[in-house]
Amino acid sequence: MKPAAFDYVSPTRKSDVLALLAEHGQNARIIAGGQSLMAVLNMRMTQPKLLIDINRIDELHYIEPQKRHLAVGAGVRQAELLSWPGLAEAVPLLARAMPWIGHFQTRNRGTVCGSLAHADPSAELPLCLTTLGGEVVLESKRGRRTVVAEAFFQGILTTDRRPDELLTEVRFPMSQPGVEYRFNEIAMRHGDFAIVSLAAVIGADAIRLGVGGVADRPVARNLERDQDLAGALNETAWSLDAQDDVQATAAYRRQMVRELGKRLIEEGY
Amino acid sequence: MEAVVKPRTVVQFELNGRARQGYAESRTQLCDFLRHETGATGVHVGCEHGVCGACTVLVDGKAVRSCLMLAVQVQGSRVETVESLADEDLMSDLQQAFRRHHALQCGFCTAGILMSCVDYLEREPEPTETQVRDMLSGHLCRCTGYTGIVRAVLDVAHERKTQQENNNNV
Ligand SMILES: Cc1cc2nc3c(=O)[nH]c(=O)nc-3n(C[C@@H](O)[C@H](O)[C@H](O)COP(=O)(O)OP(=O)(O)OC[C@H]3O[C@@H](n4cnc5c(N)ncnc54)[C@H](O)[C@@H]3O)c2cc1C
Ligand code: FES
Ligand code: FES
Repeated sequence: MKPAAFDYVSPTRKSDVLALLAEHGQNARIIAGGQSLMAVLNMRMTQPKLLIDINRIDELHYIEPQKRHLAVGAGVRQAELLSWPGLAEAVPLLARAMPWIGHFQTRNRGTVCGSLAHADPSAELPLCLTTLGGEVVLESKRGRRTVVAEAFFQGILTTDRRPDELLTEVRFPMSQPGVEYRFNEIAMRHGDFAIVSLAAVIGADAIRLGVGGVADRPVARNLERDQDLAGALNETAWSLDAQDDVQATAAYRRQMVRELGKRLIEEGY
Repeated sequence: MEAVVKPRTVVQFELNGRARQGYAESRTQLCDFLRHETGATGVHVGCEHGVCGACTVLVDGKAVRSCLMLAVQVQGSRVETVESLADEDLMSDLQQAFRRHHALQCGFCTAGILMSCVDYLEREPEPTETQVRDMLSGHLCRCTGYTGIVRAVLDVAHERKTQQENNNNV
């Protein structure tokens, strides 16, 4: 199908986007990479009056290592971050997880922040941000605020972003010495959305395990190192309110959390 | 700030090395614009939601889905379609390899796959079979079972490498 008609604007300054969002709010949509939004527009599942394209805003286009986090602006495409030479050292979890996002052709266009704003429960980037305890920066004409991942993701395609806000930056915590970062997922075919995805941050005395694709948002849990791992994974699996859908049953999802979780933590893949 | 694009606008861009322009509504998908306004019917349209890869073209050198872009977004950009690959009467090395290895049957998926390969082989001139299959996961082919496609891509990569070595030795 073809999208319903809309007006289109392609500003070159962030301040112009914020002014447009303040004026049009609910009736406007941001388009970043378009790799999720265009399909939704083509199927007419959303019919905005105004489309605000942020692809020509240079000031949103940066990857900046800070002392505590890696800052990634809303203009940065997934392929750019993945091929950024410092990634494996700065945020190794991303280097492991990002090749799972769609295909190289969709990563060429899709943005890092777009995936976070979209908030698909099985998307890799929201899971990484939640597991690492990172945050997003939201800006509007009213001001600017930062929101931690766990508060930002609120349900299927639902976030704490208000209609007049632009997600301008994401901050991924920098890797810590002596900590291991692991990722794995199961999908129908490589590049399809994950049925279950797992991210693990393994430190000397604690393990943080993030689970995507099971609850209505990514969820991270702390497990103690000397805890009964199988029992802890089973509790985690049951706590996520898994649902049946066309891809898999709730029971299968729980089993994947147990099995993939054990493998990822004990054997490293 | 640039003016809001109302119903119809002129899109000026470079298509396969030549300056071109055409009319587009703000909602016109890039794939439809290329086919209907510029006659680049080598751009095939399958699913219109980014899954099948048939509509893949290069925008500023990068392989992207033209069904997931708007025509107005290529204003001032460089677009390449499958029509850019062959000379007057000679197919590109990639196309010839596809022919040798029976990498196509109906050909519906082929144009998109070729354009992905152009971008991919630039970045990864010596891919492994696993890498080629990973790159192809972004394309659906209902005829070939992919084996011929994988062979063709590996063959052309090998051929280019050998040629380069020969050139270096001259
Ligand atoms: C075939 C295919 C397979 C895919 N597989 C996966 C996968 O396995 N895993 C995965 O995670 N994703 C997958 N995706 C989706 C991924 O490619 C998208 O890039 C991502 O979900 C959205 O990013 P985008 O930049 O394309 O955003 P867009 O599609 O432009 O926007 C998505 C939504 O976020 C909003 N938005 C975007 N940027 C901002 C911003 N800065 N501020 C406020 N709102 C904003 C938009 O208004 C829209 O509602 C797939 C897509 C395709 C086509
Ligand atoms: S038509 Fe664009 S990916 Fe299928
Ligand atoms: S050759 Fe027919 S779909 Fe690929």
